[in-house]
Amino acid sequence: MFAYLVKRVFQAIAVMFVISLIGFAIQDNLGDPLRELVGQSVSEEVRQELRDELGLNDSFLTQYLRFAGNALQGDLGTSYFFKEPALDVILKKLPATMELVLGATIIIIGLSIPVGVYTAIYPNTILSRIVMGVSIIGISIPVFLTAILMIFVFSVEYGWFPSYGRGEIVHVFGPWETNFATVDGWMHILLPSVALASIMLPLFVRLIRAEMMEVLQSEYVKYAKAKGIRPWRIYFVHALKNTLLPVITVGGVQIGTMVAYTILTETVFQWPGMGFMFLEAVNRVDTPLIVAYLIVVGFIFVVTNTIVDLIYGLVNPTVNLARMGA
Amino acid sequence: MSLLSVRDLSVKFAMRDNTVTALNQISFDLAKGERLGIVGESGAGKSITGFALMNLLSRPGFIDSGKIMFLGDDIVQMPEAKMRNIRGNKMAMIFQDPMVTLNPVLTIGQQMVETLMAHRKLSKAEAEQIAIVKLREVYIPSPEDRLEQYPHELSGGMRQRIVIAIALLLDPQLIIADEPTTALDVTIQADIMELLLELCQSNKVGLILITHDLGVVSQMTERTLVMYAGRIIEAGRTREIINDPQHPYTQGLINALPQQTKPGQRLKQIPGSMPSLTAIPKGCPFSPRCEFVKDRCHTEAPETVQYANVEVACHEVNRLHTDKAEEIKA
Repeated sequence: MFAYLVKRVFQAIAVMFVISLIGFAIQDNLGDPLRELVGQSVSEEVRQELRDELGLNDSFLTQYLRFAGNALQGDLGTSYFFKEPALDVILKKLPATMELVLGATIIIIGLSIPVGVYTAIYPNTILSRIVMGVSIIGISIPVFLTAILMIFVFSVEYGWFPSYGRGEIVHVFGPWETNFATVDGWMHILLPSVALASIMLPLFVRLIRAEMMEVLQSEYVKYAKAKGIRPWRIYFVHALKNTLLPVITVGGVQIGTMVAYTILTETVFQWPGMGFMFLEAVNRVDTPLIVAYLIVVGFIFVVTNTIVDLIYGLVNPTVNLARMGA
Repeated sequence: MSLLSVRDLSVKFAMRDNTVTALNQISFDLAKGERLGIVGESGAGKSITGFALMNLLSRPGFIDSGKIMFLGDDIVQMPEAKMRNIRGNKMAMIFQDPMVTLNPVLTIGQQMVETLMAHRKLSKAEAEQIAIVKLREVYIPSPEDRLEQYPHELSGGMRQRIVIAIALLLDPQLIIADEPTTALDVTIQADIMELLLELCQSNKVGLILITHDLGVVSQMTERTLVMYAGRIIEAGRTREIINDPQHPYTQGLINALPQQTKPGQRLKQIPGSMPSLTAIPKGCPFSPRCEFVKDRCHTEAPETVQYANVEVACHEVNRLHTDKAEEIKA
């Protein structure tokens, strides 16, 4: 187990190295930071001086090593716009995004398992056919369109839910302020969570359905029937556990992908998270912030995937984590 | 009273626009504690018979007509809840491949305890005690530790012993074993069969052994059914069927055994292959492969008749014997 963990940490470091390299390469090719920093009134000589001072004239390798060295110490550069360390800017926005992802994840897990299991057990009922039809629509419509439609229907037409912002939030600790403590907070997070879940939810329903249908055809399910086991126990003990094993693996990757989808959802709902921040940073060519965002999101990806692999090993008795470390 | 009495059982499969007949009006009886073998090539309907007895045919298969009287009740008409109480309890099944019959994510203990608790009001501790006793009966070493293990930690032979132990958990009246050793190593096959025979005899459990191995049938069973294309074509005492088969198909099967051929000679095989269920020949289904075939074999399905000491479905039984008699004379 420990050996496996060490192995995974090394893999994670390798992935982070590649991400940092890509991030840095982008920074190097993304316009002239001087234009953003000083405006147009400054003469060319002063600009050259500033470039030397900022180290922009050094070789790629020197610049990268300086960048990586600073990054290892938690310094991902200073945002041109906020004039603050980029990491601090992102960490302030991180809780809002994470709460949004959490809300969507709860919706996805809470709905996809019962719906997926139902449609697998009763594939030919009208309800199952409707669910499968709607899920195709859900996968096909882009998130931003779903979000705009939801605002139009539930906020503009009916006025049930607020259309933007986080509403009333309660401070927990550090930069973390939560939506889940007040009714107003819940009202504000519901639409964005549903919008964010709208692509992943149908995907998971279909995935669980397909896996479950395959498992229900297996010999051990037939054998369980031959032992006189009750149907609910066959479905939820014998079949579901085998169904969820591959779903966990896919789920880990998808949680990371969902962080990326927050850019669209947050922009439509004016959600003050790091996705919204990223789009603003791109508009302002705030390169350090863009690079810091890439690295933080990459880090979230790597961490969630490592955790998911560990969970998989714990859930699946045929995976021996101790042996995989060797 | 017989334990099991099957009458005119027909099983069909619903295809897209028609149905095909997989079992065609089969009838047989099984006395308490009797051991019956069902033999035939792949596709003869042996396994379907086994699953029909459990009322566990998977779609699109269904029981079309007939009766399966088990302990005085008709399984075909029985409500699902009552049937579920029979499965694994009064009638247990041993599947073909122990590598895939046990659930990979549940421990041996969980899979044994759930079976006991599905049929009897027991605490988990009591159920585990019974499981340990049964594991000992099938010669599993250190049974207490096995309860904690997962199937993948055990060998194929060991897993099949556990499946046999699960079959015996609730002291059933009948065990249906569907090719229980086909998936196992040859060295282990004999052990498992011996164990099964010993346990059936000592516990007076009826056994239906589905196999294509005539050697196994002759050692394990008292009576035998020979199936071909969803029909029983010959039935009787195992000894009679092995020593003096009447149906040309059964004769062909026995002649095809390697022991019947001298070393260096080609094995005598039956020409042709089992017809597909969608294209069963008219008349006698075996007629295209039969060496004694006559015109009426192609048009008229043979009735089952008592002949010599067996029941056989063949128009030409008499002729076969006159041939033999002539052979002996000559």
